[in-house]
Amino acid sequence: MGFSNLIFLLFLAFAIFLFSKNIKKLIRNIRLGRDINRSDNKSERLSIMTRVALGQSKIMAKPVAGFLHVIVYLGFIIINIEVIEIIIDGLFGTHRILSFLGSFYNFLIGSFEILAMSVLVACIVFLIRRNIIRIPRFFNPEITKWPKTDANLILIIEILLMSAFLLMNAADSALQNKEVSHYIKAGAFPVSSFLVNIFNNYSVNFLIFIERSTWWFHIIGILAFLNYLPYSKHLHIILAFPNVFFSNLNPKGQFSNMESVTNEVKLMFDPNAVPPTNLNPGKFGAKDVSDLSWKNLMDAYSCTECGRCTSECPANITGKLLSPRKIMMDTRDRLEEVGKNIDKNGLDFDDGKSLFSYISQEEILACTSCNACVQACPVNIDPLSIIMELRRYKIMEESSAPSEWNNVFSNIENNGAPWQFSPSDRLNWRDE
Amino acid sequence: MSSEKATLKVPTIGEYLANGESPEILFWVGCAGSFDDRAKKITKAVVKILNHVGVKFAVLGTEESCTGDPAKRAGNEFLFQMQAMNNISILNGYDIKKIVTACPHCFNTLKNEYPDLGGNYEVIHHTQLIQNLIDTGKLKVEGGTFKGKKITFHDPCYLGRGNDEYEAPRIIIEKLDAELVEMKRCKTNGLCCGAGGAQMFKEAEKGKKEINIERTEEALSINPQVIATGCPFCNTMMTDGVKNFNKEHVIKVMDVAELIAQANDL
Ligand code: SF4
Ligand code: SF4
Repeated sequence: MGFSNLIFLLFLAFAIFLFSKNIKKLIRNIRLGRDINRSDNKSERLSIMTRVALGQSKIMAKPVAGFLHVIVYLGFIIINIEVIEIIIDGLFGTHRILSFLGSFYNFLIGSFEILAMSVLVACIVFLIRRNIIRIPRFFNPEITKWPKTDANLILIIEILLMSAFLLMNAADSALQNKEVSHYIKAGAFPVSSFLVNIFNNYSVNFLIFIERSTWWFHIIGILAFLNYLPYSKHLHIILAFPNVFFSNLNPKGQFSNMESVTNEVKLMFDPNAVPPTNLNPGKFGAKDVSDLSWKNLMDAYSCTECGRCTSECPANITGKLLSPRKIMMDTRDRLEEVGKNIDKNGLDFDDGKSLFSYISQEEILACTSCNACVQACPVNIDPLSIIMELRRYKIMEESSAPSEWNNVFSNIENNGAPWQFSPSDRLNWRDE
Repeated sequence: MSSEKATLKVPTIGEYLANGESPEILFWVGCAGSFDDRAKKITKAVVKILNHVGVKFAVLGTEESCTGDPAKRAGNEFLFQMQAMNNISILNGYDIKKIVTACPHCFNTLKNEYPDLGGNYEVIHHTQLIQNLIDTGKLKVEGGTFKGKKITFHDPCYLGRGNDEYEAPRIIIEKLDAELVEMKRCKTNGLCCGAGGAQMFKEAEKGKKEINIERTEEALSINPQVIATGCPFCNTMMTDGVKNFNKEHVIKVMDVAELIAQANDL
């Protein structure tokens, strides 16, 4: 093993170590959420995951963005097969170790090149859409500062990675043409061959320099990108799959019945009923991330910040403060903050903050519970469920309902209808 | 009105049982259907159809109470479950098996949220019942006044996205020989009227527009003669919207049940 192989091994080991540490933290954070059963109906879940995550079905609701996304998605997955070879070559000092596959290898490398070029173009179009055409959903207040930088950064990194891959192939192919030892004849280069004519004029040393530096840039870029995921909306490339698998399978109109309330209501109806002993009533609704379900928290980490939810939200469309995307981003930010507090100060640390340090009452009150956001989300995130939990807390724990709602509550309680009519008049319509 | 009164047969469940009979189906009228002047007309249209076909139905009458939907969506789970438990004990007391309702909110709550609390019924929306009556040949529909008219359907959130029923109302409208025109945002992408989530009962938060205005603009842009819907709250919101644009004399906001009742001269 040469010096460069050792360096490579160190990089690889460090990247994997860092990544697994981050993933462990991520799982711990998601587990801060309340329990909820999403392990039923495995076969239905698998088929939803195949359709929505693997098959990208909901992305296609917007055909242009959908098509571009499918290119980047396929490109990203397939080109990463190449990483297997890079890792073996890097560790053992071999070159294009998989080339013994012969014409199949040529086919692979050829298709990687075409995909890489398509990804490159798609990412450029994405950058133009985001920054020049100014598609409105990329300009809501929550998509400024870091989220905006994050989005552009991801696109630029992908462009750089794809460029490095193509440059590396071009230099490699020029070296192959010059029959430099070590650079065995292998691969097909339908895209980078356009550069080869230029490269053929350069010296062998310069070409080796380009080939090596793009090779290193490519692999270090990928390893660094891997460790960038936990800080980025790009985490969805991993979490989209489990997140869709654990989707809500009930009708969207159905809201959960709070068990803690059921127990109390049953006691009121039947004073002899025995309250379950293993029950921790806790609070009603959610004040902080640990009051939400683990699926709510996984949703937050899976959010791609695409804003499709917000662009369909009737409240947001009509200028209200509510944006379902912001609800998801705020939940993730708060969860990260709580996670950092735990790292620093242990599990029971109270920083005096909560989800309400991020989300205002005005936002949650504006929701019509129409489910447009849930329908629109390409990775089956449910912002409505978080909004409802926050509402429950505000109404039941803080009694801070708007006065009109308080009237509705007392009307329902006293008259059995949200308006002030006498229950004995309920059938009057029959005789009118 | 007085002739209507003479022809509408609306037995309560108590009246049924007094005769030693039991109904096939319970008609859950709902708060809007019982008390709101506009929605009462929808209720009567449903009754006319049921009477016309001879469906043996009953209402709970004064024993009916709010399903608790507005309380639940507003975040008051206590009040919701209190209402649910009360209603369930009455429904179970009468051994109710099947329920039809003309309100998607009642429909959703009874169908999806009551079973957990001990209320298990087959619950259908009135558009599903009407479609079934047509499919089985019990109800004949001819276009009548709506022949060739441009009708658009506004999807109620709790019927459409909430419970995946997009077709029943559309199948009925097509039976009227009408031209069904779709708004850009329809079916799974339908835009809310603005009433759901207990918004009906409070002022909207600060913004640049009311949701029902946004939705009405969209409906007006395709020039329908009728905006059809299947929810008393959507009906109110769209009616207000149409009035806001002073179009109430050219565009009618009607429930699918009213379309059928009127087309069949019931
Ligand atoms: S459910 Fe609420 S947050 Fe989601 S789109 Fe409808 S109004 Fe917006
Ligand atoms: S919640 Fe879904 S639709 Fe909304 S921004 Fe996140 S990924 Fe996009």
